[in-house]
Amino acid sequence: MSRQLSILILIIFAFVNSYANAGDDGKIKLSENKNGYVEVGDCFEKVNRGIFGFNQVLDKVIFKPLAKGYRMFPQPIRSGTSNVLSNIGNVVTIPNNVLQGQFKDAGLNSARFAVNSTLGIAGIFDVASYYGIKKRDKEDYGQTLGVWGAGPGCYFVLPVLGPTTVRDSIGSVFNIIGGDAWYNVTVANDTQYFSETDYYASRLLSGVDFRAKNLESFNSLENSSVDLYASVRSLYLQDRYRKIKNIDETTDTLSDDDWEELDTQ
Amino acid sequence: MNILKYFLVIILVFNFNSKLFAKDPSALINEIVDDAAAVLSSEDPIEAKIIKLNAIAERSVDIQGIGMYTLGKYRKNISSDEKAKYQKLFRSYFLKSFSSRLVDYTNPKINVISQKKINDKYTMVNSILEATQKRPQVKIDWRIYTKNAEKPLIRDLIVEGLSLARTQKEEFNSIIQNNNGDINALFKTLEEFLIK
Repeated sequence: MSRQLSILILIIFAFVNSYANAGDDGKIKLSENKNGYVEVGDCFEKVNRGIFGFNQVLDKVIFKPLAKGYRMFPQPIRSGTSNVLSNIGNVVTIPNNVLQGQFKDAGLNSARFAVNSTLGIAGIFDVASYYGIKKRDKEDYGQTLGVWGAGPGCYFVLPVLGPTTVRDSIGSVFNIIGGDAWYNVTVANDTQYFSETDYYASRLLSGVDFRAKNLESFNSLENSSVDLYASVRSLYLQDRYRKIKNIDETTDTLSDDDWEELDTQ
Repeated sequence: MNILKYFLVIILVFNFNSKLFAKDPSALINEIVDDAAAVLSSEDPIEAKIIKLNAIAERSVDIQGIGMYTLGKYRKNISSDEKAKYQKLFRSYFLKSFSSRLVDYTNPKINVISQKKINDKYTMVNSILEATQKRPQVKIDWRIYTKNAEKPLIRDLIVEGLSLARTQKEEFNSIIQNNNGDINALFKTLEEFLIK
C-alpha cells in the first residue's frame, strides 16, 4: 500500500509540475510575480463556462431554495449543525496539519476534536472554545500539496462541486483513498454505526450551510457582476492562495505592483 | 537675525499645519461607516439613500485610481479618448454597483480594530463587520491611499482576505481578453449594466 502511495505521489508531482512549468503557450499561462502571487491558467474556459452555467441552474433550483429553508431554522439549531460539520472536518485538518509541519495546530485541533466530540455531544456545542482552545483554519490535501511546492495546474469547474484546480482535485482524491477518517467509517468500511448516507448527507448539509451563510453576499455578487464566471474564478483562486500560504496578514495577500504604479494625487 | 526667526516661524507653522490637517486612515473609515450607517438606518426612500451613499463614495473613494487599476495591463495601450470614456463609464458603474450592494444592509456595525502603514502611499485599516442572526462576523480590511495625507482615499476593500478590486480587475480583463483585447467590448458590457 505504501509503495502504491509513493508511486501516486510521484505521478501527482510530475503531473502538477508539468503544468506549472508549461509557460505561456497560448493555452496554459502560469506566472509568478515578485510578490509570489501565481496567475493560474483557465485551460478549458469554454467548457468551464458551460459547466458553471449548469451549476448556476442547479443552485437556483436546488441549493438556494434549500439554503433559504435552512435559514428558517432557529439560530441555535443552525449553529449546532455548523459546529457538528466543523468538528467532522477536523479529521481531515489534523493529518494535514501534521503533513504541513503545523504540529502545534495538530495538537490543538486534536484536543478540540476530543473535547467537542465528547463534552460537546458529537460536536453540537463548541465546548473547546469555551475552554480557550480557539477554532483554527481548515486544512486539506490540496493545501498540503501547495505547501509542499506543487503548482496549481489548470483551473476548471466540476459539475455540482464547482471551482477547483488540478492540484486541489488531486488533493480531494486523498480523501477517498484513506485520508478522510469520516469517509473511511461511513463509505469505505462497513461499520455498524454509520452508513454511506451519513457521509453524503453531511456533504450536502455542508454545502447548504455554506450557501445559507452567504446568501446575501452571493446575491450581491450576482447583481453587481458583469462577468460572474470570472468573478467566482478570481475569488476561488485568491482564497486558495491565501489558505495555502496560511496568510493572515492582509497586506501580504494583496501586494500588487499595479497599486504602486498608480498615482492620482 | 530677525529674518532667520521669521523663516523659522514659517517653517514651524507649515510643519504644524501639515500635521494638523493630516487625516488618520482609521478616522476616515470610522467617519464613513458612521455616515453610511446614518443613511442606511434612516427612513429615507431607497432613491434618496442611494444619492446620499454615492455622495459618501465620491468623497472617500479613489474611483479614478480603482478604475485604472481594474484595467490592468490594458490601461497602458488605450488612447486618451478611450481612457476618458472608460473613466466616465467606470464612475457610473462603480457608484451603481456600490450603492446597490450597500442598500440592502439596514444598520451594519463595523468596528475598526487596527491599522498598519505599508509605505508612504498605503495604510491598511483592519475592521470587523459584526455578526447578525443571518451571517457570521466578517473581517473587512481597507486599503487606504495616503499619498496626500490630508485627503486619504479608499482604494480597495478586502473581505475575509479577498480583494474586491482584484476580483473586479480579473473580471474586466476576462471580458477584454475574450474579445481579442478589444476594450470596446468592456465599454459595451458596462453600458448594458448601467441601463439594466
